[in-house]
Amino acid sequence: MRIWDLHCHLSGVAGLIPEDRLQNLLRYADRVGIERLCIYMGLKWALDPSPDDLVKQNDEVLRALVKYPDRAFGFVYLSAKHIERSMAELERCVAQGPMVGIKLWVAGRCDSPEIDPLIQRAAELKAVIFQHTWFKTGGNFPGESTPDDLVALARRFPKVPMICGHTGGTWELGIRAIREHKNLYADLAGSDPTAGMTEMAVRELGAHRVIYGSDAGGRSFASQLAKVHGAQISAEDKQLIFCDNLRQLMLPILQQKGIKA
Amino acid sequence: MSEITPILPRRQFIAQAAAAMALPLVFREAAGEPAVPAAGWIDCNAHLGPHPNRDLPPLTTESLTSRGLTEAWVAPLEALLQRDLASVNARHAARCGGPLRAVGVVHPGLPDWQEDLRRCTEEHGMKIIRLYPGYHGYTLDDPSLMKLLEQAAAKNVRVQIVAEMENVRTQHPLLQVKPVDFKPLAAALKHLPELRVMVLNANATMAQTTLRGLDNVWLDIAMIEGVAGVENLLKQWPQDRLVFGSHAPFFYPESSMLKLQESELSEAEIAALKSANARAWLS
Repeated sequence: MRIWDLHCHLSGVAGLIPEDRLQNLLRYADRVGIERLCIYMGLKWALDPSPDDLVKQNDEVLRALVKYPDRAFGFVYLSAKHIERSMAELERCVAQGPMVGIKLWVAGRCDSPEIDPLIQRAAELKAVIFQHTWFKTGGNFPGESTPDDLVALARRFPKVPMICGHTGGTWELGIRAIREHKNLYADLAGSDPTAGMTEMAVRELGAHRVIYGSDAGGRSFASQLAKVHGAQISAEDKQLIFCDNLRQLMLPILQQKGIKA
Repeated sequence: MSEITPILPRRQFIAQAAAAMALPLVFREAAGEPAVPAAGWIDCNAHLGPHPNRDLPPLTTESLTSRGLTEAWVAPLEALLQRDLASVNARHAARCGGPLRAVGVVHPGLPDWQEDLRRCTEEHGMKIIRLYPGYHGYTLDDPSLMKLLEQAAAKNVRVQIVAEMENVRTQHPLLQVKPVDFKPLAAALKHLPELRVMVLNANATMAQTTLRGLDNVWLDIAMIEGVAGVENLLKQWPQDRLVFGSHAPFFYPESSMLKLQESELSEAEIAALKSANARAWLS
């Protein structure tokens, strides 16, 4: 089974410098059969990064990618609160650099039309678009998007594929929220390995809209791989989820950049 | 076990060939080695019965053996909310057997909980009871809990305490239960040095703070997270007091199984985790 991990970070793993942290991620990824990692965000997390923070964190990812260009893909970290600098980072890291996707986290909600220029430009570049989402029982951070917020964005860009990070965490709700929007994909990463998650996602979205990710290093690879390995679905569907769907989303930009994968 | 044995690209397979010798035995089937070690594999943290708000796949003898597990310590999920625990425990005892070891549930806040404990041990032959302070609404400095722990120690009954069943972020809004605060546990155990407690579903932060240094406490790995989580925990937690637990069927059991593959562990550590420590706790 070929496995690509959509959702990894340089935090929560040993190492003083970015390349050492990626090396450690890969060391354990190798033990569980993961071929490639998508990484985003730097050594120190910031819920609401300043423009300079964004640059620093993206620099750290770029530094790690240099050492492992055949094992990791980089996504540029952007903020809905700093559109101008985010646009510049998108140009620097994706248009002119080696990164192949964008990551939007919790600084500002994605239902705001202010982020539309970022999405428009990312789509032009064929970059993979990843938006963190949660439906937290106790309430979200002020700038933290729900799958409903992502649906609002998806309605404005109905032909642009986007990934619903964490499937909204509370996956019974997240899957329902994105079900009717065929340009939205479900990321399985970063919640407890609760039985039934993957089966419901496959049943309601179709296996072609479900993507494996871990949220390592805060999460173990193991607990997140189990969502697919342990699911009562076909081997063909598992292969789609583990690698083929993400690879299909990435192929246009990979080919554009001359990256073989 | 091919379902949980990743098939690697040739490049990675070669790179991992040496490391594979350190893998848990169950994952070596692809290399033609035995899938199940003679010592067995005990899941200390499993459940039977209906969950209050999720439709879970049933845990069965077949589901255990197909994964190479030889024994599971199962408690009744009905006990989370039902108050007639005598009935719950009786029905639970009747449906267990074979590799499914029945674990009873006692709620020290219920009137005459002593009778529940007596029936568990004397009528159903249970050697382990499981406590749900979060769902049953008491703290670990509750005087009734102290009495229960004293009686358990006197009867040589082992006690499992469940730290949490589900992350607070994903709980049903009408069933919100916070993780157990283990700060009072040290004082409770101070007077009961012979009592053996196993905390289920503790996270790494609990292990490194409120549970740290408690000599008669064991942990399971079901909610130990982070890359190489088990390996990292063993740098701070005694190797002889960590056991395999899956939290199945609430969690996919492959989660804990794969944690043993992800972490770099010695053969001795794996053997201890898979069954030796659990047997020692129960003996």
